Amino acid sequence: MSDALAIDVHGLNKRFGDKQVVDDLSLQVRRGEIFGFLGPNGSGKTTSIRLMCGLLTPDSGGGTCLGYDIVRESAQIKRRVGYMTQRFSYWEDLTIRENLDFVARLYEMPDRRRVVDAALERLGLATRAKQLTGSLSGGWKQRLALTACMLHQPQLLLLDEPTAGVDPNARRDFWEELHRLAADGISVLVSTHYMDEAERCHKLAYIAYGKLLVQGTGEQVIAEQRLTTYAVHSEGLSELSTALRGQPGVEQTVVFGSVLHVTGTDAALLAATLERLASRPGLRVERIDTGLEDVFIHLMKRSTDNYAGGRS
Amino acid sequence: MTLSGFSFARWWGVVLKEFLQLRRDRVTFAMIVGIPIVQLALFGFAINSDPRHLPTAVISADHSEFTRSLVAAMQNSSYFDITETLPDEQAGRDALARGRVQFVLNIPADFTRRLLRGERPAVLLEADATDPQATGMALSTVSQLVSSVAQKDLRGPLAPLAGGEPPFEIRVHRLYNPEGITQYNIVPGLMGVILTMTLVMMTGLAMTRERERGTMENLLSTPVRPVEVMSGKIVPYIVIGLIQASIILLAARWVFGVPFVGSVIAIYLAALLFIAANLTVGIAMSSLAKNQLQAMQMTMFYFLPNILLSGFMFPFAGMPQWAQWIASVLPLTYFNRLIRGIVLKGNGWLDLWPDIWPLAVFTLVVMTMAVRFYRRTLD
Ligand SMILES: Nc1ncnc2c1ncn2[C@@H]1O[C@H](COP(=O)(O)OP(=O)(O)OP(=O)(O)O)[C@@H](O)[C@H]1O
Ligand SMILES: [Mg+2]
Repeated sequence: MSDALAIDVHGLNKRFGDKQVVDDLSLQVRRGEIFGFLGPNGSGKTTSIRLMCGLLTPDSGGGTCLGYDIVRESAQIKRRVGYMTQRFSYWEDLTIRENLDFVARLYEMPDRRRVVDAALERLGLATRAKQLTGSLSGGWKQRLALTACMLHQPQLLLLDEPTAGVDPNARRDFWEELHRLAADGISVLVSTHYMDEAERCHKLAYIAYGKLLVQGTGEQVIAEQRLTTYAVHSEGLSELSTALRGQPGVEQTVVFGSVLHVTGTDAALLAATLERLASRPGLRVERIDTGLEDVFIHLMKRSTDNYAGGRS
Repeated sequence: MTLSGFSFARWWGVVLKEFLQLRRDRVTFAMIVGIPIVQLALFGFAINSDPRHLPTAVISADHSEFTRSLVAAMQNSSYFDITETLPDEQAGRDALARGRVQFVLNIPADFTRRLLRGERPAVLLEADATDPQATGMALSTVSQLVSSVAQKDLRGPLAPLAGGEPPFEIRVHRLYNPEGITQYNIVPGLMGVILTMTLVMMTGLAMTRERERGTMENLLSTPVRPVEVMSGKIVPYIVIGLIQASIILLAARWVFGVPFVGSVIAIYLAALLFIAANLTVGIAMSSLAKNQLQAMQMTMFYFLPNILLSGFMFPFAGMPQWAQWIASVLPLTYFNRLIRGIVLKGNGWLDLWPDIWPLAVFTLVVMTMAVRFYRRTLD
């Protein structure tokens, strides 16, 4: 049974000082699954990932990663997992090739030269192999880090915001590559702040203040929140947005370009409010499917309230 | 746990990486060459002091009132501490070579008889003059000793002997550094000081640098083991230490004209062991320190007792007991004895052994501690 799970952790807790950074986190990632990990800044995503690959010891709770215990068998885990840190963590005073070569040596890879050459080719940096890594642009560093953490063909990838600062083209290539890997049975846990990336994941988890709020496929996550959303097309959306806030049934208003999304849990109340609005000239209101982004913004707001409530 | 599964490939990877990084680090490179030269220039001058209570052995073939009085007078001068009585000259030479005593007083068999006959006999005072400061003041009191003994003991019928010329003489024999040239002692001593300072500092930064640059998280997420990282990181510095040692040896020989009595191979072997000892200290501090600043502070904390108590600045024998206790756990203390013993006295392996094994033990103990201190997680 556990063979089907790449990550299986239960009740993970981690505090720093008196701050509960990860709070009773349980998470299951199946083999061959791309699992998206979302949450606002400082919600504990990086900390959770570090717990899962044995870089931090949990205060309580535990579980397995690729079938190995995350506390006792971290050496086994490290051999089989590719971890990409959020902050660039390769050696800036080594060249691109030297970095890849060093990584290959640390994983005791046979046929090192060929592997490194192939990686450079794939990366499109073969001609710049002798460039110092520190002189690469941010996006290129990110792409190098990605390539380097996949060099030893890990069975599980833990990617902490791998595409931050990467251009759309490279991002698309990267996600195509991820899906190819997943099809080959490689599991991926990827944290991101991008909605389009969240939509490309097989499963999602949303974490805030160290607590896992929802977990499941995109549709499940949306359905579970039972939100109703209307799209308002009009001029002067930001004034409208302010005006709508606090109206009966309106829980959140978000401007997406030329459209305003109005969301609430009480469908009837929200419908009544927007019906009154729809009578204004030059304004079009339509009911739409709630998107992931609406859901996440909603979750974030709710958890802030919970957190503040729990504290007082 | 730490030694099982040691991978030569991973270790070699770390070694190569460190060499590459070092090659690109201009500042460190400048330090490697610059520090020995600056220090040599600065410490070319002697540091003055007035050590007392220097261990002295007595070889006496003549036991009379006068010889007892002479020995007592030496003891009373507070410069000499009579620590042992030896059977013959060979034993005296050994004690000097190993640094057990600073002086050997040799009283010939017919001393009293010849004194009473007014023949102005001599006693021989052999001094380990490797460190001229250690012996200088003591030796300058010797002539006063003679007259005070004469005045006290040669009375009554013997009084005529006390007047006029001194009734006997203390012939001083400076061994190893007969001209009492301070540089002969300081320059080989500097080798240990420079190696301590640069090596502990550079390796002290080795782990904290990884931590501050964020690369530690990466390193920790790979299968590389603590012992591979640590030993791999010190290899380049062994080479650096040997380069520095060579610079100092060349300067000692050709700039300061220090005579090399002992074997160069012995010097390099002693240096190698000492370098290893310092590197383990540095790497241990590095794993303990939270950041580079802390590592620097720890280096200074380690460096001060080394330079003050190891016998480099003040003669070891002249220090109070508690200071000697502290000094006896510092590698520099042993290295100072080794290097001076080899360069100036030409000591052989048997003489060196008492100072070699403590260095080896020190290195092993500290390396074990360093691997213990290595943080395997980011907690
Ligand atoms: N070593 C540490 N010591 C103390 N506090 C820490 C430490 N590491 C993280 N924290 C705190 O834990 C909380 C969660 O941090 P974490 O980096 O896991 O968040 P995150 O979800 O990855 O955020 P982001 O999206 O900004 O990357 C933060 O409030 C942070 O300040
Ligand atoms: Mg993070």
